Amino acid sequence: MPFGNTHNQLKMNYSAEQEFPDLSKHNNHMAKVLTPDMYAGLRDKQTPSGFTLDDVIQTGVDNPGHPFIMTVGCVAGDEETYDVFKDLLDPVIEDRHGGYKPTDKHKTDLNSDNLQGGDDLDPNYVLSSRVRTGRSIRGFCLPPHCSRGERRGIENLSIEALSSLDGDLKGKYYALRNMTDEEQQQLIDDHFLFDKPVSPLLLASGMARDWPDARGIWHNDNKTFLVWVNEEDHLRVISMQKGGNMREVFTRFCEGLTKIEGLFKEKGHEFMWNEHLGYVLTCPSNLGTGLRAGVHVKLPNLSKHESFGEVLKRLRLQKRGTGGVDTAAVGGVFDISNADRLGFSEVELVQMVVDGVQLLVDMEKRLEGGQSISDLMPEQK
Amino acid sequence: LLKNFETSFTKMLTGRNTAVLLASLGVGGAATSYLMSDSSTLSAEERRKLYPPSSDFPDLRKHNNCMASSLTPAIYSKLRDKLTPNNWSLDQCIQTGVDNPGHPFIKTVGMVAGDEETYEVFSEIFNPVIKDRHNGYDPCTMKHPTDLDASKITSGMFDENYVLSSRVRTGRSIRGLSLPPACSRAERREVERVVVQALSGLTGDLSGRYYSLGEMTEKEQQRLIDDHFLFDKPVSPLLTCAGMARDWPDARGIWHNNEKTFLIWINEEDHTRVISMEKGGNMKRVFERFCRGLKQVEHLIQERGWEFMWNERLGYILTCPSNLGTGLRAGVHVRLPKLSKDPRFSKILENLRLQKRGTGGVDTAAVGDTFDISNNDRLGKSEVELVQLLIDGVNHLIDCEKRLEKGQDIKVPSPVAQFKK
Repeated sequence: MPFGNTHNQLKMNYSAEQEFPDLSKHNNHMAKVLTPDMYAGLRDKQTPSGFTLDDVIQTGVDNPGHPFIMTVGCVAGDEETYDVFKDLLDPVIEDRHGGYKPTDKHKTDLNSDNLQGGDDLDPNYVLSSRVRTGRSIRGFCLPPHCSRGERRGIENLSIEALSSLDGDLKGKYYALRNMTDEEQQQLIDDHFLFDKPVSPLLLASGMARDWPDARGIWHNDNKTFLVWVNEEDHLRVISMQKGGNMREVFTRFCEGLTKIEGLFKEKGHEFMWNEHLGYVLTCPSNLGTGLRAGVHVKLPNLSKHESFGEVLKRLRLQKRGTGGVDTAAVGGVFDISNADRLGFSEVELVQMVVDGVQLLVDMEKRLEGGQSISDLMPEQK
Repeated sequence: LLKNFETSFTKMLTGRNTAVLLASLGVGGAATSYLMSDSSTLSAEERRKLYPPSSDFPDLRKHNNCMASSLTPAIYSKLRDKLTPNNWSLDQCIQTGVDNPGHPFIKTVGMVAGDEETYEVFSEIFNPVIKDRHNGYDPCTMKHPTDLDASKITSGMFDENYVLSSRVRTGRSIRGLSLPPACSRAERREVERVVVQALSGLTGDLSGRYYSLGEMTEKEQQRLIDDHFLFDKPVSPLLTCAGMARDWPDARGIWHNNEKTFLIWINEEDHTRVISMEKGGNMKRVFERFCRGLKQVEHLIQERGWEFMWNERLGYILTCPSNLGTGLRAGVHVRLPKLSKDPRFSKILENLRLQKRGTGGVDTAAVGDTFDISNNDRLGKSEVELVQLLIDGVNHLIDCEKRLEKGQDIKVPSPVAQFKK
């Protein structure tokens, strides 16, 4: 909750031991890292805007996790969270992002010219291509903590910036609370509309407060560039199109982001970024690039092959169903995307997806023809 | 009016850079340069200045709950920056009502208390909401009567051809500890400790056992489910948006006596929910046990220096304003096959100040011809009065049912007098 150190002082009347959460049944990154000593050392701290340790970890306490999937279990309420609570978040980040150290530097590269190839993934297999990331506006609290006034401020700034986009990027904003039934149906049919979060991971962190106030969707007339305002992050930026031309998708992505950043700067605002964590977002899992580049690709044969999992692992890719995270694949069509977010640049991650998917399609074709794929097995990236 | 406030404020925010904005708010040069040196670190105090209450006022245009009916920008402006001694704020009180616009036909309350002081510090919004919800009860001018003397009850034995079970429930809060929306883990554990310790002092027909939600065995859990005693993690967004489900199932549990007629829920929607029940129609005995049990528990916590939250304006203090006063719901499961089909049924209930629910509890539909019939009111009438109202009302309903069985006609009774008359 904003503006207060809501009963942080009151908790000091009880010992750290009395307040320490019961994490005995938990399996998330926060629970693995948080010790009673760490809790004792951090619990009387708060960020300048009043975000406390208990605010950071509430979602992880409320959601013990899944025996097979490791969730993060903590969120940031503002940019300073990652500094004030670094004793907790640094090890969480290290664990989640493949050993990323507190002293490591993250490279940002949004120059799509540096991408090689990527314009000719076989559209008989690659049905669609998409790149998404998030951006936070410096000086504002993040979705778990922002007040209604701040959230509205973010919305208004975003609308102003986006309304200045032109050419291929020219578009329109649809506020969630004002949209007509027709607009809503169109956005659903286009698969653009986001709904009020139902996942307890998000609800427990306070991100769904005041729904649908100051939430909305902007997209360009061509329906290839889309921005979500005030969902899980201040902004989620998505570039997408049918077919396998990931290069074009990424080029538009970089151009759009760069333009938007410029428009915000004209108004005296910048994105949250630093050279250690890259772009700062609500969930530690999205730090760095916050980038997920993916395709919907037909792999009916390869997906049944015993080496499928191993191949993906070596290519640093992950699979999901086409409904997004937590869904299963339908009809042999998978959502394949980069597994990493931090420690690699945007160009590097998209390159991994482009090269990796190319290989997966080659393997699929081999298996279609009844041939072996063992000579195509990649090295661990 | 709201749109004008918003537009002029946000013009300020988007049209200028932060330095000019801060200057316009009267922040001095040195302070401005300090703030601008790291443009992200606005403190909570500075943030408060940057965002006037008008920028934070919730959009309640699609809302239909008691909070939305009473909250004006003026009240919000006055109360937004206030805190109770436990640092509970207005925004936290109303969050559940902002997040849950309500239903066109059912009017929810839309706000909760975080501690006892909430009802005082934010009385400007709570008083009109209480008045709205409790038939005009005015906390500024009226006193709430508390009466737990079960010997005053008459005709408390129902015809068991019709009444299948009888039940009385209420809640109690432990003074000095924050309520479920606000409490820290340590406070919640303290509630559990205090209450469980007191309950272990009960003897005779009230002697029983505690089952902690986090530690019960699978067998215990199944048995409690079969007995219809087990409560589950709240799923209703009305409750989860108020923060009551945090840290589940830590410090939550169920206590019941060996005879399974006296049951206490700990740290669910309130510190404690106290339930007396049995099969059949002996409501007098159910209420007698209810009063005796409550008094003994109160005595046991007082021995250790604790007491229940209570005052003479609002009676027993609970999390939801709808449960103030007695917090009491006395009810029966009763078969009314003919009466329930009579078009006058609803009016009869209304005049008797009774409500019907399905036998699965609030929000369920009736199965067959068996209804859960209970008192509507909570505040402004004592426990004895409300239970007597329920008894008289149910006896009247059974009387109507018997008349209809014999083919005789029934009359709609005149409305029961309200306290304000």
